[in-house]
Amino acid sequence: MAERKVCLSGSGLTKIYGFGRTRTVAVDHVDFNFYEGEVISIVGESGSGKTTLAKMLLGLTSTTEGEIYFQGQRRDISTQRKKLEYWKNIQAIFQDPFSSYNIFNKIDAVLLDCINMRGGHGFPRAKKVEMMTEACSFVNLKFEELTNKYPFELSGGQMQRLMIARIFLLMPKILIADEPTSMIDACSRATILDMLMGLRDEIGMTIIFITHDIGLAYYVSDSVYIMEKGKFVEYGTADEVILNPKEPYTKRLINDVPKIYEEWDLSTV
Amino acid sequence: MKHTLQQVFRSGKFIFGFSILVAILLIVIIYPLVIPDPPLAIIAQGTFFEPGIYVNVYDSIIAPKYTLNLEGAAAKRIASRLNSDDRLAMKEWLVAVGIPEDEIDIEDTALLLELWETHFDPKTQIAGMTNARRNYYIRLNASLEGLLATEAAIIAVKNPTTGALEEKSVVAQSDFVNANKVANVRLLPLGTDNFGRDVLTELIAAARVSLQIGFVAGIIATSIGLTLGLLAGYIGGIVDDIIMFFTNLFTVIPGLVLLILISFSIGQERRGATTIAIVIGLTSWYWTTRAVRAQVISLRNRDHVNLSKLSGHSIVHIILNDILPYIASYVVMAMILQISSAILAEAGLSILGLGPRTTEVPTLGLMMNWAMIYYAHTLGKWWAYIPVLVTIALITFSMNLMNTGLDQVFNPALRD
Ligand SMILES: Nc1ncnc2c1ncn2[C@@H]1O[C@H](COP(=O)(O)OP(=O)(O)O)[C@@H](O)[C@H]1O
Ligand SMILES: [Mg+2]
Repeated sequence: MAERKVCLSGSGLTKIYGFGRTRTVAVDHVDFNFYEGEVISIVGESGSGKTTLAKMLLGLTSTTEGEIYFQGQRRDISTQRKKLEYWKNIQAIFQDPFSSYNIFNKIDAVLLDCINMRGGHGFPRAKKVEMMTEACSFVNLKFEELTNKYPFELSGGQMQRLMIARIFLLMPKILIADEPTSMIDACSRATILDMLMGLRDEIGMTIIFITHDIGLAYYVSDSVYIMEKGKFVEYGTADEVILNPKEPYTKRLINDVPKIYEEWDLSTV
Repeated sequence: MKHTLQQVFRSGKFIFGFSILVAILLIVIIYPLVIPDPPLAIIAQGTFFEPGIYVNVYDSIIAPKYTLNLEGAAAKRIASRLNSDDRLAMKEWLVAVGIPEDEIDIEDTALLLELWETHFDPKTQIAGMTNARRNYYIRLNASLEGLLATEAAIIAVKNPTTGALEEKSVVAQSDFVNANKVANVRLLPLGTDNFGRDVLTELIAAARVSLQIGFVAGIIATSIGLTLGLLAGYIGGIVDDIIMFFTNLFTVIPGLVLLILISFSIGQERRGATTIAIVIGLTSWYWTTRAVRAQVISLRNRDHVNLSKLSGHSIVHIILNDILPYIASYVVMAMILQISSAILAEAGLSILGLGPRTTEVPTLGLMMNWAMIYYAHTLGKWWAYIPVLVTIALITFSMNLMNTGLDQVFNPALRD
């Protein structure tokens, strides 16, 4: 195996919401090294702190304690300019496509923002349209049909594909996908996942894939981190963790995945 | 956006409120164009003339005469000078001086007058009669003179050299003038006020000024409230702390008290309508700040805001594009409320005598103030204050109705 380069790491990363009786430790002193070009899954039940960790990694919420290192350097996002620079490298797809879009903006605006962010301000209109068309066709959407439409006129699956088109234009080094398929219909899920993986091959980015479905994690990832109540309780390669789980929590997560070839024991349901 | 507007204009309550407001606005704008009288011009010599059509007597006499023989004209004429209360009073007198009650028929004017003529003597002492009552009888007696007369009246002019009266024209009881041919007829639909001003013209000018005060104050309060609310809610931290400190300060001090103190310290002479509007606006922004801040806090962690940040947008862009449109409907509602409460605040201040100075423009509050000072209500001069109250009620009612309609469109839970 070639030498693996760390692109994002954290030490003692902690997030505490509220104080007094409402104090919640959402993320509790986690340490990790995410390697370049890998798909890293973070698996945990809902409420285990996955989204909070993602927001901290994205710099969308402050950290209570701990440090984040980006490409070996301590991450510095103290000014708006530095944040912008950081966000050129790290992007996200959120869980709920229906709340991810500004309902007052048209689809063109969403994609144009991405082109502008990558320094395409001065491009002629035709070139921009060409780029948007390409991005849309990558996710099997027809730009001509979408222009002048609003995101909420699309289905959930289409909206999430548009999110991927966004990433296609932005070409970040790291993509954090926070349960990107959990809010959309089962038929669209496989398509979305295929497109994400296709995009990774296309631009060679690192994907941090957040899910509550350990089966899905096994299917897509190189490394797996298991998160329980804000802590990483187990991590390793997908094979290590899922074929050879050590923690009871991990075993429970694995057992929760329904297996088609097993007959359901209805008496325990 | 277009869709929302369509929905808004399908709400019955909104349309009803909006129509009333538009009607008021149209009246307020068009009336002064049609009737450009200065609203504060004093036209009446005397106070509180009743509503009605005022026909110039001199012009009626010189206007062309028409003879109309109308049945009952005489009866009407007599009735206008001798009403049923007077007739009962006359009977009372006659009974008191010893006429048997069943001999008096108060409906028979001729008989009643005849009895009265023979028996009334102001010097007669009647037991238990007050002086005021006696004076009333003396006045009544005087007004009865010539009541049954059917002769024509003569209009005479004084000869400037000899001083003798010369007959000019004769006015018969069946003479009429066509009101259209009388040079001066003035309609005073709401009479005149204590100063002798035309109440309707004054009222419309007052409604206009009050609406202007409302709009200016509402816009000031909403702009300040919105800006501070957006900053406090979105930026948070120390900015939020500082803004909320002042907001809480204003919340703790009752707005009206502050308003009274400021108006009082500005002094009557420097208090124009604009000043009052600004003062009201500057003392009522705080609840818009609170409301907007709460809305922004619930919005600022939404995914679409996060996505906008990730797309490289500045704070200003995010506030204007990702926050403001989501609270726009709410802000419109807050502004309508601010306007209607500013109109009420002006009325409140003016009633206390702390409104705009009284020499330039009328306002609804000032009209209430004048009516109060001159006891319009104790004197039963309803036209000096009821129309003002109705106008204030209509304006605030229409605005609140619009708000209820908007609320139903924007909060589907309230839809019926
Ligand atoms: N903005 C917030 N304020 C307070 N508590 C929060 C906030 N966001 C998340 N939490 C709490 O933090 C914990 C972790 O939440 P989250 O990160 O959303 O978990 P997951 O994404 O794994 O479902 C939960 O207990 C949740 O209630
Ligand atoms: Mg989550």
